[in-house]
Amino acid sequence: MTFIPISPNERDAMLKTVGVKSLDDLFDAIPKKHRFPKLDLPPALTEMEAAAHLSEMAQTNENVREHMISFLGAGAYNHYVPSVVDHMLRRGEFYTAYTPYQPEISQGTLQAIFEYQSLMTNLTGMEVSNASHYDGATATAEAVSLAYAQFRGKRKKIVISPTVHPQYREVIQTYSQGMGLEKVGDDESANAEAGPEALMSHVDESTMLVVVQYPDFFGRIHDYTKLIEDAHAKGALVCIVANPTALIMLKTPAEMGADIVVGEAQPFGIPLWYGGPYLGFFTTKKSYVHKMAGRLIGETVDSRGQRAYVLTLTAREQHIKRERATSNICTNQGLLALASALYMSTLGKTGLQQVANLCYQKAHYAASELSKIDGCDLCFDEPFFHEFVLCCPKPASEVNEYLLEHGIFGGYDLGQDYSSLQNHLLIAVTEMNSKQEIDTLVEVLKEMSHE
Amino acid sequence: MNKTGGTIVEPTIFELSSPGRLGVRMPASDVPETALPQKNFLRSELPLPELAEVDVVRHYMRLSKFNYSVDGGFYPLGSCTMKYNPKINEDTCRYPGFLYTHPLQPIETVQGNLALVYELQEWLKEISGFAGITLQPAAGAHGEFAGVLIMHAYHKSRNDTKRTKMLIPDAAHGTNPASAGLLGMSVVTIPSDARGNVDLKALEAACDDTVVGMMLTNPNTLGMFDENIEKVVKLVHDCGGLMYGDGANLNALLGIVRPGDLGFDVMHFNLHKTFSVPHGGGGPGSGPVGVSAQLADFLPAPLVGVVEEAEDDVPPLYGFVTPKHTIGRMKAFHGHFGGGLVRAYTYIAMHGPDGLKDISQYAVLNANYLQARLRDTYKIPYDRICMHEFVAEGQFEGSDVRALDIAKRLMDYNFHPPTNYFPLIVHEALMIEPTETENKDTLDRFADALIKIAEEAKSQPDLLHNAPSTTEFGRMDEVKAARELVLCCWLPENYETMK
Repeated sequence: MTFIPISPNERDAMLKTVGVKSLDDLFDAIPKKHRFPKLDLPPALTEMEAAAHLSEMAQTNENVREHMISFLGAGAYNHYVPSVVDHMLRRGEFYTAYTPYQPEISQGTLQAIFEYQSLMTNLTGMEVSNASHYDGATATAEAVSLAYAQFRGKRKKIVISPTVHPQYREVIQTYSQGMGLEKVGDDESANAEAGPEALMSHVDESTMLVVVQYPDFFGRIHDYTKLIEDAHAKGALVCIVANPTALIMLKTPAEMGADIVVGEAQPFGIPLWYGGPYLGFFTTKKSYVHKMAGRLIGETVDSRGQRAYVLTLTAREQHIKRERATSNICTNQGLLALASALYMSTLGKTGLQQVANLCYQKAHYAASELSKIDGCDLCFDEPFFHEFVLCCPKPASEVNEYLLEHGIFGGYDLGQDYSSLQNHLLIAVTEMNSKQEIDTLVEVLKEMSHE
Repeated sequence: MNKTGGTIVEPTIFELSSPGRLGVRMPASDVPETALPQKNFLRSELPLPELAEVDVVRHYMRLSKFNYSVDGGFYPLGSCTMKYNPKINEDTCRYPGFLYTHPLQPIETVQGNLALVYELQEWLKEISGFAGITLQPAAGAHGEFAGVLIMHAYHKSRNDTKRTKMLIPDAAHGTNPASAGLLGMSVVTIPSDARGNVDLKALEAACDDTVVGMMLTNPNTLGMFDENIEKVVKLVHDCGGLMYGDGANLNALLGIVRPGDLGFDVMHFNLHKTFSVPHGGGGPGSGPVGVSAQLADFLPAPLVGVVEEAEDDVPPLYGFVTPKHTIGRMKAFHGHFGGGLVRAYTYIAMHGPDGLKDISQYAVLNANYLQARLRDTYKIPYDRICMHEFVAEGQFEGSDVRALDIAKRLMDYNFHPPTNYFPLIVHEALMIEPTETENKDTLDRFADALIKIAEEAKSQPDLLHNAPSTTEFGRMDEVKAARELVLCCWLPENYETMK
């Protein structure tokens, strides 16, 4: 009866109104032999007990704030979240509201998400943003669906760079099972270390979409302008999977000519939370808006002449189009879109630039110091933002084990996804990593190389 | 740039911006400076707002006040299960051990997280009667997509390739046909009979060796538990099809009946409905999928399992396992851990087996009580003992008042409207789901309001046509929004020189 506000007397009065004798009598439609199963679950905890139990579970973990120095990135980044963000998220008016289907009493959510769309549009330089997807990986898969719908299934080839996040490529594979696509560019034989120009050999008149990442999975910054021009010459669309923190500093994908820009907005105000929930952003050109999945907020006026916001172009969505819909998505990541809007607003233009600059500076300091260690080298010469590949004298898994013993999460072991990169660590550095932490990493790796 | 006009109630964050204003600042760099990349790699401008912290707080505070919420009042939205979201969930999911763990940490350093995921998998199996569970899907529709992929993969693994038809009742959620459509399946609509059950004759006629399966919400969107459920399941199984259960309405079944026991092969859960994860103004949700033993090898990867058994004093080591014939990965990393799984875990831990049964019993009692109170005023087209929700008709003979008007008028009485115009098989549908977390007084006030509105519909219909009139905003010009398509705002054109 933990959260049920009905007294025994009230229950009896209600049963009488309904015309049954007991609560159990309400379930006569259920096949008798399966009715009221005895569930083998632990007995109920009180709030105090639950809090203690969950706290104990949480404390079993080693976390990156209290216990460990972390250089893990690879799609999830440890950033500072200003206090304001969670204070506003914890307002019941925001987090206990439903999807804003009744705009008269949902303008808080609607305007906040409209502002989120606007912030993402301005960040990427694109023309429209939807109200968000589940995460960066599913947003990327939805870009494939957009392209598929755009060519009405007449073009069936997608060219994917091997330096798109491996898990994102897996999700594209899962999502596109019903489309009969030819997927090229990222197979075993592909040279992951090659630049974007290597992709063009795959692009032809049957290509619907080229997918690249910016900075790529190895942290490298490529200018995709030429690739996009060439792909457009073959009639293909180009999707860039972008890191939002990097976009604060770097040339926008829109300036390069991208048709679709998606990505993971977790770095903008969302905790690591062991991988979710995160926030997939999806931006594109206005001409593709009718093929874009997901919710969309538009500006209008109400009956009193006040500016207001509504869910719009709902005819694209599953509840109207049913089996002809491009996607079955109906939720977005509403509260997390709000979190990222709060993050961008609270830091503002200047604060965001400070974050991006700190990431860049610290990552470059780390790269420079690490590359001085005997046997350690930077794997690539291209410019990078806050993530880079370090080639180590031993398998990355062994290096990470050594670092773990010294309280450090070293970096992502690229050998897990790229057989030619067994000695390679993908190291991410953010504003959360102090010089002292970086120096500790360098010292421990030096010790290791002397052993 | 602002094409829509209209007086401004609350400026946008861009309109509130002022050049040079600072928000939260970051520390100075503590490392030697490195030159930035060449200019052609850098963006030329960053047209984002500039505000002080207090500006941001006041802005979002004002916006929050424009929202209706469960914390603020009764939210009887059918098939959405807008129950109270316990505050303790908001604390547990923010414990630092959960908040600050990276998804790619070595498993030895996240045993707390993995134990939580593992236990929740086990609990959901026990609650639903399924043999396998994935907690990876991000929302109900995402789980549903995973479920349909699993059904597809199962038939394919048996070289049973001519199965292309998905049977879907006319009362189904729109996501069901959309999910089937994503795999190129054709949808066959099965009508409901006069009691709100699946029409068995129509089902029998549709069952053949081309059927992938049937997607059934039970209780359905009329709030009716299908009285012939065992026959329905048998018909589908006999033709080689699989039964998909849409778990949107699971709040009626906890400790009442287990879908797995009824013969369902796949079902998605909505942790944000049944297990009190807040809806967040439209997400994030969480949509685990349960499957029967024959489908367990097809679940999305990875799952959490025991990778080293417990020994004497040593607890088991939890880690990731990949099902043999997995359909693949549905999203990056491991599902909506923090915002979804931790909250649902807290909620189930606080209920235990008896508490879960209470939830469904009282959810069903509350729905039946409201139905009984409204029966004489509103037509209930399928009138029998309902489960956790019921559907009434929002129209009256000789009146031009529609369900929409009634819904909007409820706002003047400070209630959130029910779901309307769904399910499609009821004219002017008002679909009402009170949930178990409302007391009798609230239900009585809501019933009184609906009865009063029915009177107003006769005596003063314009009150309804023009409703709501007491809210901050009136009805919206939705045509204008779709025609002008203003989806974005910017800093003013003369921004740099304006202040």
